[in-house]
Amino acid sequence: MAERKVIDARGSFCPGPLMELIGGMKLAQVGDELEVLSNDKGSVNDIPEWIRKVGHEMLEVREEGDVWHIAVRKVK
Amino acid sequence: MSTPSICIIVVSGSHERLQMAAMLASVGAVSGNEVNVFLSMNSLQYFAKGADIAAPAEGSFGELMAVKNVPPFKSLFEQAVELGDAKIYPCSMALDVMGIDEDALEPWLGEPMGLTKFLSMAQDAQVWSF
Repeated sequence: MAERKVIDARGSFCPGPLMELIGGMKLAQVGDELEVLSNDKGSVNDIPEWIRKVGHEMLEVREEGDVWHIAVRKVK
Repeated sequence: MSTPSICIIVVSGSHERLQMAAMLASVGAVSGNEVNVFLSMNSLQYFAKGADIAAPAEGSFGELMAVKNVPPFKSLFEQAVELGDAKIYPCSMALDVMGIDEDALEPWLGEPMGLTKFLSMAQDAQVWSF
């Protein structure tokens, strides 16, 4: 199973979590999984929308306490 | 669906307007849009090399942003360039009026640009002004 890199963007506001994910994506290899931690609720809509638009893969969105975990896979 | 080119003109020095312009530039650029930003008038002072000036709030939202952990607008503009290949052009007229040249500005800005060239860029683009 691929390693999952965690990007802790808790405490940041839009578009901080998205930009941190994109920075992580640049460094990741194709097939890598990245999981963003965010308590900015906008990320729950914005990150999947960006993933769809750019053509990567959404893995899961789940809420744990007041933190959203948004997992994606780099596919290209 | 093709992604449109986005042209953003920033003349304000207020925190709210600079923040919104930076958000639009960064998210647009990393989403596959060609983004060109034109900085003039009161916005340019923040882009002097190493400048770390707090932009004044225009209203209560700007005051709130100052105490919350919003990403600094200058970092968002830099990310737009580095992660999304946005181009940010200082207005050549504003440089002339301020009496500085491009070497005094952050190195991630593009070459100074005149309005005529920017108007050509904006011809078939979405244009946003702040």
